[in-house]
Amino acid sequence: MKLFDLSGRKPLEAAAPVPFEEWKETRQGTAISLAPDVEVEELRSHLGSLTLIVLEFPVFRDGRAFTQARSLREYEGYEGEIRASGHLLPDQAIHFRRCGFDSVVLPEGANVKDWEDQLGRYQFYYQNTAVSPA
Amino acid sequence: MTQPASRSVGHYQYEERDRTFLQERINEFEGQVRRRLSGELSEEEFKPLRLMNGVYLQLHAYMLRVAIPYGVLDSRQLHRLADIAAKYDRNYGHFTTRQNIQFNWIALKDVPTILRELAEVDMHAIQTSGNCIRNVTSDEFAGAAKDELMDPRIHAEIVRQWSTLHPEFTFLPRKFKIAISGSPEDRVAARFHDIGLLARPGENGPLFRLFVGGGLGRTPVVGQELFDSVKEEDLIATLEAVLRVYNAFGRRDNLYKARIKILVQTIGLEAFRKAVEEELARMDRSAYRLTPEHVAQIRARFALPDLKAPADAADVLEQHKKADPVFARWVASNTHPHQDEGHICAVISLKTPGAIPGDVTAEQMHGLADLSERHSFGEVRVTHLQNLVFGHVRKDQLHELWQGLKALGLAAPNVGLISDIVSCPGLDYCNLANARSLPLAQKLGARFGDADLQAEIGALSIHMSGCINACGHHHVGNIGLLGVDKRGAETYQILLGGDAGENAAIGGILGPSFAEDEAVDAVARIVEFYLGQRQKGETFAAMLKRCGLKAFKEVAYETV
Repeated sequence: MKLFDLSGRKPLEAAAPVPFEEWKETRQGTAISLAPDVEVEELRSHLGSLTLIVLEFPVFRDGRAFTQARSLREYEGYEGEIRASGHLLPDQAIHFRRCGFDSVVLPEGANVKDWEDQLGRYQFYYQNTAVSPA
Repeated sequence: MTQPASRSVGHYQYEERDRTFLQERINEFEGQVRRRLSGELSEEEFKPLRLMNGVYLQLHAYMLRVAIPYGVLDSRQLHRLADIAAKYDRNYGHFTTRQNIQFNWIALKDVPTILRELAEVDMHAIQTSGNCIRNVTSDEFAGAAKDELMDPRIHAEIVRQWSTLHPEFTFLPRKFKIAISGSPEDRVAARFHDIGLLARPGENGPLFRLFVGGGLGRTPVVGQELFDSVKEEDLIATLEAVLRVYNAFGRRDNLYKARIKILVQTIGLEAFRKAVEEELARMDRSAYRLTPEHVAQIRARFALPDLKAPADAADVLEQHKKADPVFARWVASNTHPHQDEGHICAVISLKTPGAIPGDVTAEQMHGLADLSERHSFGEVRVTHLQNLVFGHVRKDQLHELWQGLKALGLAAPNVGLISDIVSCPGLDYCNLANARSLPLAQKLGARFGDADLQAEIGALSIHMSGCINACGHHHVGNIGLLGVDKRGAETYQILLGGDAGENAAIGGILGPSFAEDEAVDAVARIVEFYLGQRQKGETFAAMLKRCGLKAFKEVAYETV
């Protein structure tokens, strides 16, 4: 697994995320993965014990995790790492970062330069996000 | 604050950072085309990316849809569109029901070059397609109409900027369309948009009535009022909240059930409103507050027309009308009252009987751009009924403008009349269509082309779509026509009683579909029936209500 750093926070490479449903039972470890149909409020009472939340993209067109990430940051005040995993495109790099993601699991055969280029592409953005003001 | 050197009347004047942004966007798209050609991107992955840059793959070729934010162009932009039509297409462009322009015969390899040529005049094709927030539409008489409460274009520009490459809402379940009007006469079909906004001035600044979940397509739904009075400072926060609820809960398993209207229908308006209010309650409102300073900054980049007219301008117009009855007839159908006594709004029909609705040649575009410089401060508006508007014409110069339009073949006196037909491109271009729509629209236009007959019939709208995706908005025409495939044959259903405005209504289906020529005859019989049976001053909608759909049905199927 190769990680790409979006936010400058060092990704927690060693963490082994457990699906949230499983983690709720055992509370083993501080890293979870979350399906896109889970509302992040469900995590509220657990956020203090988490250091990594992996949000899943079953397909790159499924944008629900953007709202999940932004809700974690803006509504829940979660300060640990948020990571994107699944079918991802480098064309989405700035959207990930601006919604509060810190890292992505690079897809097989990804061209790291495409990801780097995308992060530096725009000099400004038209809208505020709570995570990254324009 | 420094004023821009030269501002356009009617639309936001770009500053340097807007131009840089467009260049960066084109560079990005060029890279995506390169990665597609190298195989790094699959067609499945490339498709949403090209769509968000306005590039469709149609039946015979690529189509490029260029954004015209809130429908306002300046003459230099229209000249450039004409050049693109001549250089890269077959010498014409097609204005759409969403106030955009489409070029139907584009080579993919030319697209980045075309985008650069558009960017030179501050134009782009961003978010004219794809499952994102689309180009914002507005009232074609904005800032000019006598009945207007406030000019909606400042806020339309604010919404355009906010929605451009929005990081959270670029991969929505489905497309998302926003329209905004500032007139009590709903000229934007606010109740048939994902979000429709009706703006009005309040004691402490503008207020917005917000409709949600309207739309046409396969499942036509009249939008419902979510909020009566959104404050200006909460406009962006409220849009964010609605989009968040939709992005999280809109269906993604079925393309045909993915629009926000289905979500609102499924959970109900009350539950939807509660979800939006919960978002608003949790939101850091200061981060999304639309400040008066920001609104003022945007407003300052719009130039206002200098409305000076001679004191006798209105009298001169009356003299011209008296001297020339053909001109008088055009004035009666193709103008709209202006806020200023000495001015008038002129509507240029792109529905010359027998021609393709919304099509304009490169020569006509150049000619219109020249006329707009002489007669409307270089400003041209596109209407959602596929016509054009010159917003601020001096009354004493209207006759001169009309002569110029006549020379371009664009003086059809039929705006709002039966041959002012709205139509999608249909099976001649579109790979979704079941039937051609343009030939039927042309035949109907020719059938009712006689100016005296049209004037006698009066206000009556025909809307034509080539399939149930309803790009021609057939549900909201007084008479709607829908192309359906009947065992491999192109046939047409007739709907009656639609209305896109204040009294929003979806037309009722009359019965089994007709072959093309039969459909023309059936419409003719319906219109004859209306002419014969209407009471004095009775509109088509009113008579339909009085007589019932059944009476019209009997007439329509009389000899079939």
